[in-house]
Amino acid sequence: MAIKRDPSNLDASRRRLIQGAAALPVIGASGMAFGQPTASVNTTKLAITDTEVTVGQLHSSTGTMAISETGSIQAEQLAIDEINAMGGILGRKIKVIKEDGASDWPTFAEKSKKLLINDRCAAVFGCWTSASRKAVLPVFEKENGLLYYPTFYEGLEQSKNVFYTGQEATQQILYSLDWAQKEKKAKTFFLIGSDYIWPRTSMKIARKHIENFQKGKVVGEEYYPLGSTNFGSLMNKIKVQKPDCIFTAVVGGSNVAFYKALKAAGITGDKQLLVTLSVTEDEMTGVGGENFQGFYSSMKYFQTLDNENNKKFVAAFKAKYGKDAVIGDVTQAGYLGPWLWKAAVERAKSFDVDKVVAASPGIELKNAPEGYVKLDENHHLWSKSRIAIGMPDATFKVVSESPQLIKPDPFPKGYQ
Amino acid sequence: MTLSEMMNIGLMQGFAGLSLFAVLLLMGLGLAIIFGQMGVINMAHGEFMTIGAYTIYLSSVAVGKLAPNFMPYYFPFAILLGFAIAFAAGWFVEWALIRHLYKRPLDTLLATWGVSLAIQQAFRTFIGPKEVSPTLPDWLLGSWAPSPGLDIPINGLFVLGLTAVVTGAVLLALSKSRWGLRVRATVSNRVMANATGIDTKKTDRLTFAIGCGIAGIAGAAFTTIGSTGPTSGSLYIVDAFLVVTFGGAASLLGTVVSAFGIAQTQSISEFFMAGSMAKMLTLSLIVVILMMRPQGLFASKVRR
Amino acid sequence: MNALTDMMKRYQLGSVLVLTILLAVVMPLALDIFRLNLVGKYLTYAFVAIGLVMLWGYGGVLSLGQGVFFGLGGYAMAMFLKLEASDPETTKIQSTPGIPDFMDWNQLTALPAFWVPFKSLPFSLIAVVAVPMLLAFIISYAMFKRRVGGVYFAIITQAVALILTVLIIGQQGYTGGVNGMTDLKTMLGWDTRTDSAKYILYYVCVALLIGSILLCTWIQKSKAGTLLLAMRDKEDRVRFSGYDVANFRIFTFCLSAGLAGIGGALFSLQVGFMSPSFVGIVPSIEMVIFAAVGGRMSLVGAVYGTLLINFGKTYFSETFPDAWLFLMAGLFIAVVLAFPDGLAGVWQRHVAPRLAFGRGSNKGSTKVSTEVPAEVSTSPVV
Repeated sequence: MAIKRDPSNLDASRRRLIQGAAALPVIGASGMAFGQPTASVNTTKLAITDTEVTVGQLHSSTGTMAISETGSIQAEQLAIDEINAMGGILGRKIKVIKEDGASDWPTFAEKSKKLLINDRCAAVFGCWTSASRKAVLPVFEKENGLLYYPTFYEGLEQSKNVFYTGQEATQQILYSLDWAQKEKKAKTFFLIGSDYIWPRTSMKIARKHIENFQKGKVVGEEYYPLGSTNFGSLMNKIKVQKPDCIFTAVVGGSNVAFYKALKAAGITGDKQLLVTLSVTEDEMTGVGGENFQGFYSSMKYFQTLDNENNKKFVAAFKAKYGKDAVIGDVTQAGYLGPWLWKAAVERAKSFDVDKVVAASPGIELKNAPEGYVKLDENHHLWSKSRIAIGMPDATFKVVSESPQLIKPDPFPKGYQ
Repeated sequence: MTLSEMMNIGLMQGFAGLSLFAVLLLMGLGLAIIFGQMGVINMAHGEFMTIGAYTIYLSSVAVGKLAPNFMPYYFPFAILLGFAIAFAAGWFVEWALIRHLYKRPLDTLLATWGVSLAIQQAFRTFIGPKEVSPTLPDWLLGSWAPSPGLDIPINGLFVLGLTAVVTGAVLLALSKSRWGLRVRATVSNRVMANATGIDTKKTDRLTFAIGCGIAGIAGAAFTTIGSTGPTSGSLYIVDAFLVVTFGGAASLLGTVVSAFGIAQTQSISEFFMAGSMAKMLTLSLIVVILMMRPQGLFASKVRR
Repeated sequence: MNALTDMMKRYQLGSVLVLTILLAVVMPLALDIFRLNLVGKYLTYAFVAIGLVMLWGYGGVLSLGQGVFFGLGGYAMAMFLKLEASDPETTKIQSTPGIPDFMDWNQLTALPAFWVPFKSLPFSLIAVVAVPMLLAFIISYAMFKRRVGGVYFAIITQAVALILTVLIIGQQGYTGGVNGMTDLKTMLGWDTRTDSAKYILYYVCVALLIGSILLCTWIQKSKAGTLLLAMRDKEDRVRFSGYDVANFRIFTFCLSAGLAGIGGALFSLQVGFMSPSFVGIVPSIEMVIFAAVGGRMSLVGAVYGTLLINFGKTYFSETFPDAWLFLMAGLFIAVVLAFPDGLAGVWQRHVAPRLAFGRGSNKGSTKVSTEVPAEVSTSPVV
């Protein structure tokens, strides 16, 4: 497995950011507009004026995915508010048009058409499930739009019009499987997921890794429809197979029923190793700490990460959304989206999608809450991967962290 | 796999089937009363279940804030409260809407669909669109292990017990109480019942409300299994209808038998094949049998 | 001239003409291509609604599973379009090039046998109509010959809708699962996503819709139509008169299924994807709502009902998302309680008489029976 070291990083872009930010008050005080004339930064008829740039936000605020996507909505809004407080991008404040995908992929496709064709948004921050991303992808490619997609996903995709701020499969899955094998001596795996593209593709990759690279065994593979609550028989199948590790990708509201069923069947963290790819702090609010404790989650970000950037981020998030607000991996990745876009636009000195895309590879964020990240030219982020254990109070305690940043590899050889 | 392990698995799988049976029966009971005795198709039945579920959630939030020491005890009271609120809501819906539509069963179907949309939106507006779960008392969590390797889910036992109590109460009430007498009279011959002085309108309203109240209890019981959201009702409604139709709409015994049959078929086939195939198999069997015997398993012997 | 006006009155061509002008002339002039494409989408639902007018308004049979036929027709067309979009050149990054992407990520290595015929357009076009009709025939033959009707039939159609949804979602490798079939781009090389293509598809849709309305009107005015109405109101009398009630109902059910299938195919073409969220119970009941609001006895009314509710959904759901659903629920209850004939009934009874056009009560319902009867519950014979 190729884990590349991050190259010696330059502070150039960060210095430029700070210089720019420092310059803003001066220029503002002098009463001059900082922005360049609209005609030079917008040659493709996007919704941009001299003072404002319009972006879209497309998430599910209703339906079975609302429990997971609400955090992304909040984080993206926080980032946009912080950017606006700093003066905006190229002197223009960001205006957001919010649309609700309602956990229904055809609605996502329709709303994305509206945001791109009708509202001419310069960028869209949205989607969570791979199903929603696949539904909107043709629209973004046809209309040459720009999507910042925050969720960890299965890879096997690299679109010119999408930036993937979450982990892709090799970063998340391979690291966790290797950890299970090395640290927990797991040889047999039971794979469980919700029935749509991401869990299916993830388990395809997981199976290849377990069987071909780890020389382990897959003793069960089951999928359940999104929103399903009937896991009784599954519990018994698990008891028959007695796997060393349960590897799960159950998504959205089904998580609640799944972990309650595990607990009701006597399958708890002290007796059984379970690693999940899809439980973050957001899902924990529904699942409950007492049902998940002792199980492990594989993400690149946890709210309890101990670094300066994260402490500031958590404080700002709670100040805006209440002290009970929780921050999961996707929420943090959503937060990165507007910042990455801002950096690319300023480097390109234009809002044109083609120019922003061309200026993006190599963009670094040193103040990301998860730590330093870098945008690769395959539109994915170099980031670290972490494993954490669920605590009874519904928080996570990090038990393992990849020593280096992991290079994103959406088309891994040997896994197709 | 030793023999005792296999026996344990067999027992646990059998219990899973019993659990599902209890769930289906509880869902179908309220509907069977309303549909069977009154011929009214209540498409909002799932939403009355969700009313019960939200009552539990809101009670758990309130108790958690105001009287945390009461937490281990609030659950049974909350179930009764769920029954009461669903009962009241059913009473209101019958008075406002259903009583105008008794002669038009297909129209009640559509009108109650409208009611279900309104209730779903009310949940979204007044409680919130995200799915929620109440804090369950500790005695409901986890499993009971009578012998090592045999883990019986406690929430399954609870639902089973609750279903037995409710079903017994309904059967008892129908055969022994005055209300039961009035209902049976109205079902047999509405005109004569009216002629003998029974207020059939009041009986209908009471029956509808009781059916909705039972739906509320079902919803309350399901909070031990999964989470609750505005659209949770639609997960249950078709299964409930199939249970009732398959059993024979006018027969409560039919509902019990059909719930048992459907639950066992589904859970046994789930053990041997993928979950969605099992569901499809069960559904197809039901449809085929219904096509051959449309009046259900236990047809009413009286021509309606 | 007299013969012409007589024919127009008899076949209510006046209202059809108004509808044609609205759809073919006014809408394209008033709306930009993005919104016109949306109208085209709504019109595909209207196919289902007019089928329901025939089945439910005239035949007295309520089907809560029309989404099944819409979906079958839609998937038939989508399969053809998806195969075309999955040629080996475009899919060369897959493990197995030449098959649709969802098959690849479900670890299939070859095109399943039942997909192969859909490589041909004539077969797919026939399948769009034939497959829904075949399924409708099987279901209705089994049910109507045993005189199952009314409520039981409605519930069984719901079960069928649920079965098909579970089947499609569960067999992800063969059907695309809950994602559906996305990224449908070209038909025989013609790019269906360009503006000009959208205009052409819109007009094709309008033409087929008007044609279907005329076909149904002709059926309504024929002896079969009169018999259907008679069966709806007094089934036994018609049976005693020697007619086979079941055959007429089977015919109507298959007709409505075929229309729904055409609607589904046009949907796949205009919108560019098809998914199981159009097959299940909720969309099926929504289509019934379109017919109910528009007027279950009126073909033209059903189209207006479809347009009205969908416009409302798109616009109001953005500006007043909370209020919109309450409004729709209230509208629905009001229609069922107070206006069983829907908008067409309102027009016919209250508005048209006040308009001194001389066409009289021509718009909307047929002259034979304008009242929605107090329904006799046709429970199965014990």
